[in-house]
Amino acid sequence: MHLNETALNGAILLGLLSLPLYALIVDEPYTITLMTRVVILALAAVGLNIILGVGGLVSFGHAIFFGIGGYAMGILAYHAQTFTILDFGLFITDGTRLMPVIWLVAMAVSATAAFLIGILSLRTSGVYFIMITLAFGQMFYYFAISWPEYGGEDGLSIYVRNTFPGLNTLAPIQFFAICLVLLCLALYIMARLRRSPFGLALNAARQSGIRVETVGIDPVRLRLLAFVLSGTVTGLAGALYADLNRFVSPVMFSWQFSGELIVLIVIGGVGRLMGPVVGACVFVALEHLLGGLTEFWLIILGLILLGIVLFDRGGIIGFLTGRAGAHV
Amino acid sequence: MSVILIVEQVLNGLQFGVMLFLMAAGLTLIFGVMGLINLAHGSLYMIGAFAAAATAEVTGSFLLALAAALAAAAAAGAIIEVTVIRRLYAAPHLNQVLATFALILILSEGTRWVFGSFPLFLDIPDILSGTVTLPGGIQYSLYRLILIATGFAIAIGLWVLIERTRLGIQIRAGENDREMIAVLGVDISSLYTLVFALGAALAGLAGALVGAIQSVQVGMGEPVLILAFVVIVIGGIGSIRGALVGALLVGLTDTLGGVFLPEIFKVFMEPGAAQRSGSALAAMGIYVLMGGVLVWRPTGLFGVRRCI
Amino acid sequence: MKKLLVTLVLTALSATGTLSEVRVGMITTLSGGGAGLGIDVRDGFMLAIKQSGRDDIEVVIEDDQRKPDIAVQLADKMIQSENVDVLTGIIWSNLAMAVVPGATAQGTFYLSPNAGPSLLAGRGCHENYFNVAWQNDNLHEAAGAHANTAGYRNSFILAPNYPAGQDALTGYKRMYDGALAGEVFTKLGQTDYAAEIAQIRASGADSVFFFLPGGMGISFLKQYADSGVDMPVLGPAFSFDQGILQAVGDAALGVVNTSQWNKDIDIPVNAAFVESFQKEYGRLPSLYASQGFDTANLLLSALEVANPSDMDAFRTALRAADFASTRGDFRFGPNHHPIQTLYAREVIREGDVYTNRIIGVALADHADAYAGDCAM
Repeated sequence: MHLNETALNGAILLGLLSLPLYALIVDEPYTITLMTRVVILALAAVGLNIILGVGGLVSFGHAIFFGIGGYAMGILAYHAQTFTILDFGLFITDGTRLMPVIWLVAMAVSATAAFLIGILSLRTSGVYFIMITLAFGQMFYYFAISWPEYGGEDGLSIYVRNTFPGLNTLAPIQFFAICLVLLCLALYIMARLRRSPFGLALNAARQSGIRVETVGIDPVRLRLLAFVLSGTVTGLAGALYADLNRFVSPVMFSWQFSGELIVLIVIGGVGRLMGPVVGACVFVALEHLLGGLTEFWLIILGLILLGIVLFDRGGIIGFLTGRAGAHV
Repeated sequence: MSVILIVEQVLNGLQFGVMLFLMAAGLTLIFGVMGLINLAHGSLYMIGAFAAAATAEVTGSFLLALAAALAAAAAAGAIIEVTVIRRLYAAPHLNQVLATFALILILSEGTRWVFGSFPLFLDIPDILSGTVTLPGGIQYSLYRLILIATGFAIAIGLWVLIERTRLGIQIRAGENDREMIAVLGVDISSLYTLVFALGAALAGLAGALVGAIQSVQVGMGEPVLILAFVVIVIGGIGSIRGALVGALLVGLTDTLGGVFLPEIFKVFMEPGAAQRSGSALAAMGIYVLMGGVLVWRPTGLFGVRRCI
Repeated sequence: MKKLLVTLVLTALSATGTLSEVRVGMITTLSGGGAGLGIDVRDGFMLAIKQSGRDDIEVVIEDDQRKPDIAVQLADKMIQSENVDVLTGIIWSNLAMAVVPGATAQGTFYLSPNAGPSLLAGRGCHENYFNVAWQNDNLHEAAGAHANTAGYRNSFILAPNYPAGQDALTGYKRMYDGALAGEVFTKLGQTDYAAEIAQIRASGADSVFFFLPGGMGISFLKQYADSGVDMPVLGPAFSFDQGILQAVGDAALGVVNTSQWNKDIDIPVNAAFVESFQKEYGRLPSLYASQGFDTANLLLSALEVANPSDMDAFRTALRAADFASTRGDFRFGPNHHPIQTLYAREVIREGDVYTNRIIGVALADHADAYAGDCAM
């Protein structure tokens, strides 16, 4: 790994940590909320980056896992809030407000969904993979809209943020800290993963499926594992995002959101460790700053995105490190 | 449920299907020849509808409106191709998805900037409005019948264009081997612009034709775009024949599913709940169809296996 | 995110007493497909603020893009950073459900200029939440009542398959006494209704009630008019509003729809509103514009009495609803939702412009069905 990029990564993390602390000192709680959004979106994109950046498969349906994570939080907290029983046949619970439990459920359900969707979708590749994941996303979206038990299109409101033992999650800075720790953990795992035999094989399978097959590795299995891992991380991000807003709705499943996750990665740099983090920072900042300029700010956002793609220099990280491609 | 109703619903499904075909044909042609995924195809549909509505407002003529839709969408397509799309042919799918996603933002909000936030008015011309009585006593909208006929006529026209003309030979050659036809002296970049503009014109025409019976508004293209993608994936990307079959399958599944699933559910459920769950399932119907087809044939019904 | 800081009247005349400044946050939809409604609410609201001549009210306007998560974040921002006293502006029920419970729990007042989901009128009501428009079911209930008056005995009813759609059909059935020839839920965002119209034709109904907001309603009406089915159609005002009627055209002529407001309500306040709105923005005001205007006037009336920082006094002042509404009599029920008269209107053509005229009262002094569930 290029030294330059390592230093850059360190600087990015430092910035991520210091800006909210500064906001805390000058008493700007909204900046902390905004930074929490950055961190959570980054976490979701880190998840997508496993299958997209390393595995080379463009999933246009990652909102599925984000939404599942969100609804896992929503449903568990809703039952805890209304003291009603959640009967899933196999197990009966009255919900929970404990974040760690919610996270585990969110990850387990996302992983299961990713496994099932992966088995079907990974039979295809290229454009077909993009489209079949998009189709699965639409299925989940329409299902969530017309599922009346949990609010349908109205979504579900949770009145108080869920709890984490020993912390006051209502304080923006403490919730931010939780999210940041989880992001760092995911980044650490991602960094290890890329150098592990699994990561190397996955990378090789992206370049040539046939080549890894000849050395006795089943590329479909590799990709399935990557897809499950990818969905699990994005699912965790979904649960956090729901807790940030204290609200879930089918919008979390929308194809536009899947598109936004891809945008984050490309802005930052495909396959880069910190690509999603930089992408999320830039995206949220653009949203925040451009919105003040004109009612038609989406035009400017579109032009900027177009510029980034057309003058492809490996995203912002690629541009800064002067190395256009980690791959491709 | 009477036979008349079933026939009428089948006609509705066909009409929906052929309009999807107009969208899907351009999309699949562009993918087949240039290897490009164009998410902004829905925006061209919207541009066609807006151009038609604006022209009809000024001139009062539906034919002029259709001509304007074709011209505006083709021109927009050509401009987009020359300025942006051209740079994406060699790029990975990811960049294509992203760049055309950005184009959606620009074109949608640009249209809103020009035409405002409220829907525009576009109506069926008087001579085509109302219903006709078909054999068997079925009352059916004349305009929708004309849509079905137009759709099939265009399908035949496209087939002739591709199978029987010089341009068609070049297009088919372009699908198979880009370098080779460039070597043979065909100006590949104007061929690409032409194909893109043709696809755009078809989308614009669909927008104008459908705009007359729907709402002409910003964002009208995206739902159709997603359906058109479903169509070409089912049919096999790059195949016009596949697009036609896929479009009819999707049109019929969506229409008939929405009508009959709730009825079927009523057999074993209380009516209100049957209605809700039936329509929920119907909304997912075409995606289930697509998933099923891809599991069965990963490159669609008429797709060729190619190394990617 | 949109940040339009609208500071009205830049520098106050120094002679004016130093009133403490009031900050109002408006979160509404200003971009994308549903922008027309948000723009109308904003324009109506700002017109009233401008007419009041008060220079101590600052309105912060932001665009929610019709996304609930963005709306929640904007609300957090306005409460945490902008220190607004009062929030308003949300158009859609799902966004209101996302924002209102959190905002009111944090001690901010919320005045709804459009959405009125049933939960917020019933079990989830809150002393800081006031709805100036209607409870969501109201206009549908009025349609049901009008169906009885008109003598319909066998209605075919349809709405999209989402909570507001399900509420709409429930609302209609609550007041309607006749039988149902059919009940259909369509896909949200559906644009082709040929299949449903065929079912209507085959059902033997004597009337059709539909709730299809925005572009869905435009598509339905155009296709219905073309289908040759001629039984009467009935719906809430949302599909017959000033903004979209022009896009429906002749297909809407003569259709009866229900509303709590119309531009021909013959009272001076309303006439002045219609005239000044037209003068200011060059278009006829819509239902939504009237709601924005009323919301601002309610706020102004309460500000005359108390400052929002004195929450109890301000709440009492809001509850009194001592303002001149464009719809005539207006008062709040125990759950802070309007008790008001709902009219049946008919779509007509005035010169080149399609608009509505009132043909009668559908429900007089009507409250909502959920007030009893509200423990405040």
